[in-house]
Amino acid sequence: MDVIAESKSKVIHERDERRKQTVPIQSPEERDRLVRAFHPDYKKEEYHKIQTGPNAGERTVREVAELLESDSPVPADLDLTPQYRVDVLVVGGGGAGATAALTAKALGADVLLVTKLRMGDSNTVMAQGGMQVAITEDDSPVTHFFDTLRGGHLKNDPKLLKVLVEEGPKAAQWLIGLGVLFDRDESGNLKTKKGGGSTKPRLLTCSDYTGLEIMRVLKDEVLNQRIPILEFSPVVELLTDPDGRCSGAVLKNMDNDQFIVVEAKSVILATGGSGRLHIEGFPTSNHYGATGDALVLAYRTGAKLAHADTFQYHPTGAVFPEQLAGALVTEGIRSDGGHLVNRNGKRFVNELDTRDVVAASIIRECAEGRGVKTPAGRVGVWLDIPMIDLLLGEGNITKRFPAMVRQFERYGIDIRKEPVLIYPTLHYQNGGVAIDTDGQSQTQGLFVAGEASGGLHGRNRLMGNSLLDLIVFGKRAGAAAAQRAKSVPAGKLTLSHVTRFQKELEKNGIKPKRIAPIILPDYVRRAEIMPAAAAKQ
Amino acid sequence: MTERVHESTIGAQSRMITVEIMGRPYSVPDGLTMLRAMWYTGHEVVRGAGCLGGFCGACAATYRTKDDVRLRNTLACQMLVEDGMSFFLNFSYYPNRKSIYDLDQISDPKQELFKIYPEASLCRNCNACTEACPQGIDVRDGVWKAVFGDFQKVSEMFMDCVMCGQCIPVCIADIAPNHVALYASRAHGARLTAPPQNLTRRVDEIRSGKYTDEWKKILSMSEEELKAAGQPSK
Repeated sequence: MDVIAESKSKVIHERDERRKQTVPIQSPEERDRLVRAFHPDYKKEEYHKIQTGPNAGERTVREVAELLESDSPVPADLDLTPQYRVDVLVVGGGGAGATAALTAKALGADVLLVTKLRMGDSNTVMAQGGMQVAITEDDSPVTHFFDTLRGGHLKNDPKLLKVLVEEGPKAAQWLIGLGVLFDRDESGNLKTKKGGGSTKPRLLTCSDYTGLEIMRVLKDEVLNQRIPILEFSPVVELLTDPDGRCSGAVLKNMDNDQFIVVEAKSVILATGGSGRLHIEGFPTSNHYGATGDALVLAYRTGAKLAHADTFQYHPTGAVFPEQLAGALVTEGIRSDGGHLVNRNGKRFVNELDTRDVVAASIIRECAEGRGVKTPAGRVGVWLDIPMIDLLLGEGNITKRFPAMVRQFERYGIDIRKEPVLIYPTLHYQNGGVAIDTDGQSQTQGLFVAGEASGGLHGRNRLMGNSLLDLIVFGKRAGAAAAQRAKSVPAGKLTLSHVTRFQKELEKNGIKPKRIAPIILPDYVRRAEIMPAAAAKQ
Repeated sequence: MTERVHESTIGAQSRMITVEIMGRPYSVPDGLTMLRAMWYTGHEVVRGAGCLGGFCGACAATYRTKDDVRLRNTLACQMLVEDGMSFFLNFSYYPNRKSIYDLDQISDPKQELFKIYPEASLCRNCNACTEACPQGIDVRDGVWKAVFGDFQKVSEMFMDCVMCGQCIPVCIADIAPNHVALYASRAHGARLTAPPQNLTRRVDEIRSGKYTDEWKKILSMSEEELKAAGQPSK
C-alpha cells in the first residue's frame, strides 16, 4: 500500500508541472512502432491459423479460432416446424437490434425481436463517452471520415465509412425526435466534446449516460410499437434454404432449455461483440452475454468475417478496487482534461491519441516498470481525474460524470479528490461479419448490424463511432431486411450448412474444442479453483 | 498478461464470512460482489445478470444486513456482500402496465400525462419509491414534478434511472414512477425542446449535396491517396 500512497502523492504534487505540459501526438511511424511492440493484437503467440470456412488461412486469436471451428449445439435431426413465421427476425436487444426492429416495423414488416438477456441489457447501455456526429461549423462529414480512417489504420471500408459519417446527423435527428436528450449549450445547440483520435469536437453526450439514455428511449419505443420480444431466447443456430440463403433461426428458451424454430424472410444479427471470451486473458468491460455469437452463427452459413483478428482494448479499465477490475472509466475523462500518469508522476502519452496507441503506451509503461501494483497483484497507471476540476472549475466532475462518481463512491473512492488506477480492458470487437452498405452479409437474407459486423472501423474503432454505427447501420439493415421480406417468399428451413461445415472440419482433421455459440461465460466456481481455506470449511 | 483470476473470486479477501442467499447460508470470502458470491457458491445465474457494469438494472436485488430491520434494494453486480447479510436477486419482472403512446400524435404532452398515466396524480406521498431506488433518485419528488409539468427537471433527475423497476411494487397508488418519468423525459426531448440549429443546418447541407463532389473524389482514391489526403492540418 505504501508504494501506492507514495506514487499517488507524486501524482498530486506534480499536477502544476503537468498542467503546463503538452504531450505531442506521435508521428504515424512512431505510433505504428508502439502499437506493434505493445498492443495485444500483435502478440504472435496468441494467434492461430483458421483452417476451415470462408476465412481459412487467416490468423486470429485462439479464443475466436476455437469459436469458429466449434460444434453446433443443435441436433441435426431437430424438428424444424416453425413456431413463429415472420418477415424479419431481429436477433439482439441492444441499440442496433432495437433500431433495426423499429425501422423494419415502420416499413410495414412483421418483426420479431429475440434476445439472450433482457431487452436493453447490452453494451449500448454502458456507452458513456458519446456519439460522434460532425455538426460544428468548422467540422464536416469528410473530416469525420478521415479521422476515422486514420484511427482505423486506413483499413476501414470507405463505402461503409462514408455512409456512417454522412448519415450521422440524420441519425442524431431521429434520436432527438424519439426524445433522446443530448446535452445542449445556452443557445440550444448541441454541445460537442472532443474524443480521442478526432481533430474536431463532435461527441454528442447525455452527461456520462449517453448509451443508457439512448437505450432507455429505444426500448420504450420498441414497446410502444408493439414489436413482440422474446427474452432469454438467444439464437443457437441459423437456418438456410437449399440454396444457402438464410431462412430462419433456432432459438433456445433459457428457462426450460427447449428449442424454438423461427421462419423469417430476413434475419438481422445484432448480437454485439465478444468481450466475455476474455481474449488473451483480459478482463472486459462487456455485458454478460457478449460471447461473439454472430461470428460463429454467420460463419457456419458461409459468411466471411472482416478484421476478425483485431480487438479494442479500452485504455482505461479500472484495476482498483479489485471488484471493478475491467470496468470502464469513460474516455470522457480524458476528453475533459484528465491526465494519464505513470508511477513516477509523469505523463507518457497524449491522452487523446487513438485508443490502440494510448492502450499500447499504458502497457509499455507497466511492462517497463513504471506501473503501480495493486494489492491483488494487478498493475496499472494513474488516471488523474481531479485535474478536470482544476482545469474547468469545481463541480465539473460531479456534473459531467455522475455515473463514474457513483460507481467509485460505492467503494469509498472519491474520484473528485483522488486519481484512480487503470489498465487496458477488452472493450470492443473491431471486426466482425463483413457487410455491405445495406448491412447484408455474404449470405443472402442474413443482415448484420452494430458491433457484430465488420469492416467499418478498420483495425481500431474511433471512440464515439460505435453508438453512431448501431443507429446508422441498424437503420440500414432494418430497411434492407424489410425490403427483402416484401420481395421474397419464405425459404425452406434446413440445417444443411451446419452439416456441410462439420464435414469440412472433419476433413481438415479438426476436433472442435467447444460447442458454440457459448451463450454465457462459465463463471460458476468449480471444486478445482476453490481456495484451500474455503474447501476446508 | 497476468493469469486471469476466476470471475467468482475477483476481489476475494482471505477472511471468510457467512451470507444467506435465498435463505440458505454459505461461507464466502469477504470482498465479493453479490453476483460473484452467487457464482462462488455454485449458482448458475441466467436471469439476474446483465451489463455487469451497474447500468442495466437486470441484477436488482433485495437484501438485509445483520442488525438492520430494513429491507434494501441494490444492484447485485455492484454491491459487496458483508457478514450476516441475507439477499436474493428479485429479477424485477413486475407485470406492470406500460402505456402505449405515440409522441408525434400528442397535442399537449403535459396534459396527456393524465391520460397516459392517470394514476400519476394520485401519489399519496408515502415516499416508498424514493426509499426503494438503488440509484438514490428522489423518485417521489420526480412524480410530483411530472404532475406539475416540470418535465425538464424530471428528465434531469431521472438521467441516472436504470429502469430496474424497484419503485413499482412499493407504490400504494399503483404508479410505475420510472415509466411516468420516462414519458415526461421523452416528451420533453421530442416535443418541448426546440430542434438544435447546428444539427438542422448540417442535415440540410448534406441534403443539398454540399459534399457530393468531394465524396466522388474520395471514393475513387487509392489507399495511398487516402493516407495523404487524411493528414490533419496543423
